Amino acid sequence: MKKYLQLPLNEPDVRALRAGDTVLLSGTIVTGRDMAHRWLTEEKPDALRPFLLNGAIYHCGPVMVRDKDSWLCRSAGPTTSTRGEAYQADVIREYGLRCVIGKGGMGERTLQALGDGGAVYLHAVGGAAVIYANTVRKVLTVFRLEEFGVPEAMWVMEVADFPAVVTMDSAGNSLHRERTVRAW
Amino acid sequence: MSRNFSEKDLTLALAGCLRQASCELPEDVENALRAAMKNEAAGSLALSILVTIVQNVELAKTQQQALCQDTGLPAFYVSYPQGLSTRRIAACIEHAVVVATEAGYLRPNAVDPVTGLNSGNNLGTRIPYTVFTESDEPEIRIDCLLKGGGSENVSVQYSLPDSRIDASRDLEGVRRCVLDSVIRAKGNGCAPGILGVGIGGDRITGLQTAKEQLFRRLTDTNPDPVLDDLERSLLERSNALGIGPMGLGGNTTLLGVKIGTAHRIPASFYVSVAYMCWACRRNSLRFPL
Ligand code: SF4
Repeated sequence: MKKYLQLPLNEPDVRALRAGDTVLLSGTIVTGRDMAHRWLTEEKPDALRPFLLNGAIYHCGPVMVRDKDSWLCRSAGPTTSTRGEAYQADVIREYGLRCVIGKGGMGERTLQALGDGGAVYLHAVGGAAVIYANTVRKVLTVFRLEEFGVPEAMWVMEVADFPAVVTMDSAGNSLHRERTVRAW
Repeated sequence: MSRNFSEKDLTLALAGCLRQASCELPEDVENALRAAMKNEAAGSLALSILVTIVQNVELAKTQQQALCQDTGLPAFYVSYPQGLSTRRIAACIEHAVVVATEAGYLRPNAVDPVTGLNSGNNLGTRIPYTVFTESDEPEIRIDCLLKGGGSENVSVQYSLPDSRIDASRDLEGVRRCVLDSVIRAKGNGCAPGILGVGIGGDRITGLQTAKEQLFRRLTDTNPDPVLDDLERSLLERSNALGIGPMGLGGNTTLLGVKIGTAHRIPASFYVSVAYMCWACRRNSLRFPL
């Protein structure tokens, strides 16, 4: 069964989500990857607070094309989340995030922060970038475009029915834990 | 013999080749993804991921949009007849890259490692990567590969012997390196992936050999029966590891393993693994003269 989520989210609704749930997310999300996470952690810019409070950060470096005065999102799949592990827990706490969206999952520190703050990690399929770009209704604004460049800038976008699977929940469940495999 | 060609025509043709590379997955890879769906259980996360991937491939093709946003650092392998200026061909390649970037088929990916600044047009020091080889054909042939950073990050080079995985300088050692790389990648690099493996060479030629294997069709066979055997058994073993699509479990961890070799020096024995995600975007342009 699919659950519809409308951003901004409230804590009880997010705490009710469990690893394995499929969700369709709508509302305003913000992209942020390597440089953005460092910036959010070190400088704590206030301009992002209204978008991130009870909101979602998406580990994504999209392809954007300029369309007169606005931007079109052409391709926007997730990037590997673990590169943000050193920062993610702090960003969740500092900005009151409810969702972290990415691929590949994250580590124990992030899992702990999800539980403390009441947030989830949503897994998107790596490379399925047109499916996600198609959910973008509007590109609202962008931060740090000049300094970070297109892939690393923080794009604020309104999405409708962005499909994802909860793979880390606020109760400490993670579908990304190491599987011990014997190769030979 | 000196030959001439229209730089404008070559640039345009190449820009088209890049657009197609970015928007249309090669048929053999798409077929492999579809075939893999039959190996995953009904209702499994693995199956739903594969279904999503195949839907995305279809959408990207019909909408002509980059099927994955990470179009990598474009690499070009050019064969050209004797007498043609490689500098002029290189200029066309650069121009085509800029055109394809402006049109949104390539993401601007060239970042200065010291200043952190993105050049914005995919040009930069040693980018695009281009290799020229002279040939006897009366045409310019350009093979291009778009390989994203997620898959590049999990590519790896082993130096044998490697005591961490008890691998010595023989084919069993090679096998262990390859399987270890699959386990270490887990789902990162967007499994199901394709492995290009280079046995031997030095640090450079080993990885080059590995990467060049990614141009091979998934359906081909290795002319060397020993390597062909190794390719098949590594594919089978990898898919039995349970890593699955995106590392979330399942029977489809790899779509293919392709192995090449390069002579090595007595002191070194490298095993290089070029990990390619399922979004194995390769294309080939034949430009008759
Ligand atoms: S690893 Fe491949 S499919 Fe995944 S995000 Fe990178 S380029 Fe795209």
